[in-house]
Amino acid sequence: MIISIASGKGGTGKTLVATSLALSLGKQVQILDCDVEEPNVHVLLRPKIVQSKPVCILVPKIDKAKCTYCGECGKVCAYHALAVLKEIVLVFPELCHGCGACSYLCPAKAISEEGREMGVIELGYAGEIDFVQGKLTIGEAMATPVIREVKRQIDPAKTVIIDVSPGTSCPVVEAVRGSDFCLLVTEPTPFGLHDLSLAVDTVKVLGIPCGIVLNRAGGTYGKVEEYCVKENIPLLLKIPLDREIARLYSNGITLVQGMPEWRGKFLGLFHNIERIVAANKQVRK
Amino acid sequence: MKEIVVLSGKGGTGKTTIVASFAALAKKKVLCDCDVDAADLHLLLKPKRKETHEFRSGQTAIIDEKLCTRCGLCEEVCRFEAIKDYQVDPTACEGCGFCWRVCPENTITMEENLAGHWFVSDTKYGPLVHARLGIAQENSGKLVNVVRQNARSIVQKEGFEYIITDGPPGIGCPVISSLSGANLALLVTEPTLSGMHDLERVIGVCRHFGVPALVCINKYDLNEENTQRIEMFCREQKIEVAAKLPFDNVVTEALVQGTPVVEYRQNGVAHQIEIMWQKIRQALGEE
Repeated sequence: MIISIASGKGGTGKTLVATSLALSLGKQVQILDCDVEEPNVHVLLRPKIVQSKPVCILVPKIDKAKCTYCGECGKVCAYHALAVLKEIVLVFPELCHGCGACSYLCPAKAISEEGREMGVIELGYAGEIDFVQGKLTIGEAMATPVIREVKRQIDPAKTVIIDVSPGTSCPVVEAVRGSDFCLLVTEPTPFGLHDLSLAVDTVKVLGIPCGIVLNRAGGTYGKVEEYCVKENIPLLLKIPLDREIARLYSNGITLVQGMPEWRGKFLGLFHNIERIVAANKQVRK
Repeated sequence: MKEIVVLSGKGGTGKTTIVASFAALAKKKVLCDCDVDAADLHLLLKPKRKETHEFRSGQTAIIDEKLCTRCGLCEEVCRFEAIKDYQVDPTACEGCGFCWRVCPENTITMEENLAGHWFVSDTKYGPLVHARLGIAQENSGKLVNVVRQNARSIVQKEGFEYIITDGPPGIGCPVISSLSGANLALLVTEPTLSGMHDLERVIGVCRHFGVPALVCINKYDLNEENTQRIEMFCREQKIEVAAKLPFDNVVTEALVQGTPVVEYRQNGVAHQIEIMWQKIRQALGEE
């Protein structure tokens, strides 16, 4: 089973939930950090990294001896990564998505492809938890190829927990796609609710069942709960606003390690997710 | 004209809260929300929309089922895993058009995406340019560019002094689009190990694009040891810490009331934000 943990708004507690859920399960679990722009799972789990692999996309390389400057590659490229002038082909590798159309369609067979590194993936373990993270190289724009590579490491025999970046656009879609369940972590503020509703819409487009964790609960703002009832989305766990929880997190200590009584609640959360996923599969049949 | 962009790396450190307060403090400015896939600034600035524009960007492949001979070439050439069983997953399609070009039966068409909308609005603090990326759409960096360009043209037309931009979290495409060519980046962090780790990476991005940076440590008293570490790190990096904001429930109260904190109550946080705005003006050489 694959559970992704997203939020819309940043800083609501995705990584706190992802790490405590993984630790509560303890074994037969794999955690993937797909927030490749700012990966933080490692800060809390302090994994031992045993392998590091570069992530490359294939960008065009022009063979000047064969090129006839016909201009076809420039026309084919949807990303304006190639410009053909009189006797030169300009390649803008940072615009290239690596689709491969230019080299395949070049009439003179003058385009080969070479790898351009844009990040790394790192594999290791924290106790009995399998750990994988992606890291986008600083200055690079495209996160999705790195996310895709992290997800290629999924071990289907295990419970897979995916920590997702904030927002609702391509990196989130790429990370969440293919999950059996998406847990959305939010906070009781107008920002939390607004971005939650965007995240719910995104998850619906992907056809993935979701549930909500309300972090920093308490206070007077009750609209997140009202939203859950109205939209018929299960509110699966509440974590109270508590300075001690914030202090533990600030020092890189997970909730279940700092306050072991939470382990039972996270196991309960997991069993509820299992139930929802099983019921959902039943309906689809 | 000076352009200030507020970034953080890590999400949820307080960018929008600070930008909304700057909106109340700064004169002659345009406000810009560049967090186009989870925009929140409008919740505090209560804009009245004056203009709505479509943002058309990118394409999606569509296969005509009736004409498809199921040869499978499209699936074979697609590197984005967007075609399965002769059907396109529009959320995975990156619009490269490779399938469309190679299909021997010409059964594939490319359709332009309506990828979102952008708006020009009036607020009591001045004009706001903001946007909403469509659900599960891509090209957020391009939409950020559109938002910034339109903010610039308003500033030029009106003879304003500042563009104040609420940036997205992370370090990828929309962050780079928000940052490139700006005069100053304010980096909002928090004294957590994650916040510190993410700050280092976003400082790297500012360096990469040659934009000078100031740092604001939000909720600094949540962990004063970590705050000291951030201050030490910033000294080593020769980056000024422009403000340390204390943790205060008033910030959340103001947010729930939909008001910038400097207008909600004159407390320690509000005072520090005012001092920070003065330091930003100094850093821009305005005073």
